[in-house]
Amino acid sequence: MKRKLEISELIFKIISYALLTVFALACLYPFVYAVSASLSGREAVEYGRVVLFPKDVQFEAFAKMFGNNMFWNAYSNTLFLTFYGTIWALGVSILGAYALSKKRLLFRKGFNFFLVFTMWFSAGIVPQYLNYLDTQKVFRAVGIMDDKWLVVIAMGMAAMNIILLRNAFENVPSEIEEAAIVDGASEFQVLGKVYIPMSKSTIATVSLFFAISRWNGYFWARQMISNQNEHPLQVFIRLQLEMYTDPDQMTGWAEIYASDSMIYALIVCSIVPILIIYPFIQKYFAKGTNAGGVKE
Amino acid sequence: MKSQAGDYLILDKATGAYRENPEQAVRDDVEKHYWLHVGRTILKDWRLYLMLVPMLLVFLFWRYFPMYELLGCFKVSDTVLPVSEQLFSGFSYFKRLLIGGDSLSSNFWMAMRNTFLLSFYGLCFGFPMPIILALFFNEVRSNAARSVYQVLTYLPKFMSTVVMTSLVTMLVKQGSLIGQMGIVSQALVRLGLISEEVGNAGLLNNPSFFRAIYQISGIWEGAGYDSIVYFAAIIAISPTSYEAAQIDGANKWAQMRYVVLPSILSTIVIMLITRIGSLLNIGYEKVLLLYNTKTYVTADVISTLSYRTGLSGGAGTGIASAAEMMNNVVGMLLVIGANTIARKAANTSLY
Repeated sequence: MKRKLEISELIFKIISYALLTVFALACLYPFVYAVSASLSGREAVEYGRVVLFPKDVQFEAFAKMFGNNMFWNAYSNTLFLTFYGTIWALGVSILGAYALSKKRLLFRKGFNFFLVFTMWFSAGIVPQYLNYLDTQKVFRAVGIMDDKWLVVIAMGMAAMNIILLRNAFENVPSEIEEAAIVDGASEFQVLGKVYIPMSKSTIATVSLFFAISRWNGYFWARQMISNQNEHPLQVFIRLQLEMYTDPDQMTGWAEIYASDSMIYALIVCSIVPILIIYPFIQKYFAKGTNAGGVKE
Repeated sequence: MKSQAGDYLILDKATGAYRENPEQAVRDDVEKHYWLHVGRTILKDWRLYLMLVPMLLVFLFWRYFPMYELLGCFKVSDTVLPVSEQLFSGFSYFKRLLIGGDSLSSNFWMAMRNTFLLSFYGLCFGFPMPIILALFFNEVRSNAARSVYQVLTYLPKFMSTVVMTSLVTMLVKQGSLIGQMGIVSQALVRLGLISEEVGNAGLLNNPSFFRAIYQISGIWEGAGYDSIVYFAAIIAISPTSYEAAQIDGANKWAQMRYVVLPSILSTIVIMLITRIGSLLNIGYEKVLLLYNTKTYVTADVISTLSYRTGLSGGAGTGIASAAEMMNNVVGMLLVIGANTIARKAANTSLY
């Protein structure tokens, strides 16, 4: 039985569709514009003739960028940081979360507090910086000269992600674990063969969070990685933009290639890989927010 | 009478007399040699405790050591000596920031004000947007159409802060002709919303636009993604609730008021409290990437101020730490307060 729409319902429906369409287009437009601008001729972009579709189509901006070693270097540095950073953070988090999920763990409350306190209180930029400087000294002293390892190991751990994992592990039925122990499984086997397979979707969500924060990481990478060849993509993009928008700093690379199209091409290149994997990861991303309302 | 684990004395069936519960003896022993017992338990279960070690070390080294470093705010800054060997300076940095009367203290108060205002405007404008979006999503009956809308609105969330701010910078960039400005500035000038001179100078170079750009880009980036949690609450409402309301003659507004709102109220309250709790934790990265010397008046927040003071050749790490200490202590009190209220009001603890 289909009920006739009330007039107020109809009005609200129309408003909803109209505003949703406007907002969705507003979300999409900057991307479309960036792609168009990166493909348009220099003059067309700089004199504002590009509005939606590319004008005077050229692939020079992309060609120049792909021909630049610095760009590929930055890309591979980002892949390095994302790959090792995610593995390290995920490994540490899974082990810690597993131990914390066990009721028999002594001082469980204390360890939890140790973790949660870092969500309430953070030292701030300056003390953190001084701390990373000391860490850098120690790393150099033991022979780790590449600052990328400092970024991988010292940064990016998140208490929230450990709590998400801990909650997932707590929901694994204890009967299965008991059965595994009866069959002679050790602690590590129980974790690897029972807990990890049974919390796959939470682990996927958490590794996605880690990977995204690594891929996007900018501030500390810029502060701590002094060697230009070790800079990740985000730092590279920012430096190009700074050189481009501040005429006093126009030197080297920027001076030769700089144009609006170049900057837009850089932006497009950093977004495209994410857009490609977006359909596959979207459901895990949405799941994470719903699991966000956690409790002790 | 069944003996229970907690009984001191149990009935001995053979003799018919009471005797001491042997379990109690074990408990007494544990109490007497507590640390010995702890050590034995850990040794027996060493694999579990070993798993905990990497996490504890990471948090100790890179979360708790910086907190120790923060104590430099009570010491005379020194670039060579570690915090423990620096001279004690008491509250002198705090005094200088709060009532110093010089440019440092006026900058501190300006940054405090900006920190608070950026958060407050976020609360007023950024907070309701995801709720409104979720209500709109609910109106779209076709699943395919809704997915398209959702995918499009989540999209900006996937950009990094650097890419997002680069895009914003380019979209409102300066230009001596209308055509040379960023495309958004052009549109605003053509629509008559801003004068041409303002557009020429670049919106990001104008302090009166910083807050608006910060909030609008925030909504653009996050509203779609943040609506997920509200939408989940709305679709959980049973269709029979709407039907009952309709039979009672409720129009759309009445349905909103009496069916939808009560169902998502607890979610709204929790999100609101979280938001208030993180009132002072402004994302410094975004501010750092969007502001410049011309917009410090409205853009400078405590983190960015102490970054400039402490790292890039400013007045020193001690005074920068003092500014952050005040910001962080107030921030922590807000988080704990918000969490306590959440526990009482919604019976949900956030941590």
